[in-house]
Amino acid sequence: MLRLESVRKTFNPGTANEVRALAGLDLNLAPGSFTVVIGTNGSGKSTLQGAISGVFAIDAGRIEVDGIDVTSWPEFRRSHLIGRVFQDPFAGTAPELTVAENLALASKRGHWRTLAPLLRGARRGEWRDLLAQIGLGLENRLDDPIGLLSGGQRQSITLLMATLTNPKILMLDEHTAALDPRSAELVIGLTTRLVARSSSTTLMVTHSMQQAASLGDRLIAMHRGRIYLDVSGSEKRKLTENELFGMFSHMRRDDRFDEAACELVRSQYL
Amino acid sequence: MSLLFATLAVGLVFAILALGVYLSFRVYQIPDMTADGSFPLGAAITARLLKDGADPISATAAGIAGGALAGAITGFIHVRFKVNAILAGILVMTALYSVNLRVMGASNLPITATTLFSPLEDAACRFFGEETEILGRSVPSGDLGLLFGCVTLAGLTACVLIFFLKTELGAAMRATGDNARMLRALGTSTDRMLVVGLALSNALVAFAGSLFAQMQTFADAQMGIGVIVLGLASVILGQTLVGPVRSIGLVVIGALMGAVLFRLLVAIAIRMGLDANDLKLVTAVVVLAAIVAPGWIKNLGTRRGRGAHAAA
Repeated sequence: MLRLESVRKTFNPGTANEVRALAGLDLNLAPGSFTVVIGTNGSGKSTLQGAISGVFAIDAGRIEVDGIDVTSWPEFRRSHLIGRVFQDPFAGTAPELTVAENLALASKRGHWRTLAPLLRGARRGEWRDLLAQIGLGLENRLDDPIGLLSGGQRQSITLLMATLTNPKILMLDEHTAALDPRSAELVIGLTTRLVARSSSTTLMVTHSMQQAASLGDRLIAMHRGRIYLDVSGSEKRKLTENELFGMFSHMRRDDRFDEAACELVRSQYL
Repeated sequence: MSLLFATLAVGLVFAILALGVYLSFRVYQIPDMTADGSFPLGAAITARLLKDGADPISATAAGIAGGALAGAITGFIHVRFKVNAILAGILVMTALYSVNLRVMGASNLPITATTLFSPLEDAACRFFGEETEILGRSVPSGDLGLLFGCVTLAGLTACVLIFFLKTELGAAMRATGDNARMLRALGTSTDRMLVVGLALSNALVAFAGSLFAQMQTFADAQMGIGVIVLGLASVILGQTLVGPVRSIGLVVIGALMGAVLFRLLVAIAIRMGLDANDLKLVTAVVVLAAIVAPGWIKNLGTRRGRGAHAAA
């Protein structure tokens, strides 16, 4: 469903701030799978999501969604196929517009915006049911500006909006990292339910080892712009939070040397 | 009385200008300088076509189309070449000065043909006679017809704009100004929304310019100077009038009322002895004050509140 072939991305090339964020990455996600991505800071996991969603152009490689080569597509065009939830709980909704207007814009994902009234024939009943399922009492606030709601409430609605049209790909970028623990738990619960129900291929980046161990059917750990670990199936199910922590501290230790230093040490002592 | 009617009529025409500025300044947060060029552009195109024998409706429509094109060019320069939106507006505004001179063939052009308002003025004269008595004073009936036309056009424009902002396209535009990243994530090109939005904004500004020229029966290359500040003054005044509401309808009507009220205030100020040459200076100071004052007053309030708190 999602296919990346030797994708490369370097930020600020040729300067002192040069960062090789993706160093020839290959990835293939099966239709309907739920993959969790972890990695140290600067490992390239956010760059991976940016590359897939088209926030920036990649330097080399190829990206395919559902067999379509989208490498040269601009961000808005790819959004027809990709639903996204951001880390910032306020980034996914337009505060001045009402809850219903936000949902209505999302229900026409990727369509031309026409001169038809936005809310005429709106699926209010359906939205009310969906909002009721979140359990935050939002079903009676369809006509309130969404800016009046809390971060957790807005992130829950963003999640609904991202899955409303069943896009081919659903990407979650540390979408609970900026929430308080209670809201985070609520949003994760909603994520599990919505992902289980939808047919979207899901790619979730997280900082939480607990989420990484308990969610998804495949786990990818990234390190220095490459995939460092890739487990799925029964192997993934057996992984515990503690094992993940162990692996993570190992990756962090590696991180203390930069690549050039590693090369030097390797050539002299091995 | 006649002065009051004329003031109201001009105020309503500037209300249409304010609706255009509302779109660029409030919806997109861009004070679009193109307005200073598209206002006289609408006037110039209409005056030229009327001189060449076109009927008033198509002459006005052509003026509106010219404004839309100017706005679209500003938007295109901004999104395609990443030129700062204000600079893009200044560039187009400057270019339009020459375009307007070309269109008119001179720095001003009188309108002697029938205008959009002529049938209304004639009808009012036929209906009421040359003079009408209102509140014990006699008023030229033509002014009544003119005012009726302005009320209708401004009201109609406001209704269309309110309806438009609630369509899929209009809501997508509001979302572009509100949270562009979200709209891109929902599969809509925010660049396209911006170009269409600025085109619409300048179409309204050019419409106002076209009507203003037909009202004063001439177009002038200088008539656009300070138009953007005038529009901003109306929008900000309107916002103060309706308060912090979220209903689109009220906000649009606020901009409309703001423009008329501003015009009345200007007329009163001039009546009371303000030199008309100082008008733009006063307008600029008033706009600055209106933008700065709310935050300043709030700041003052919290400081006093904090002081009271410390004393307690």
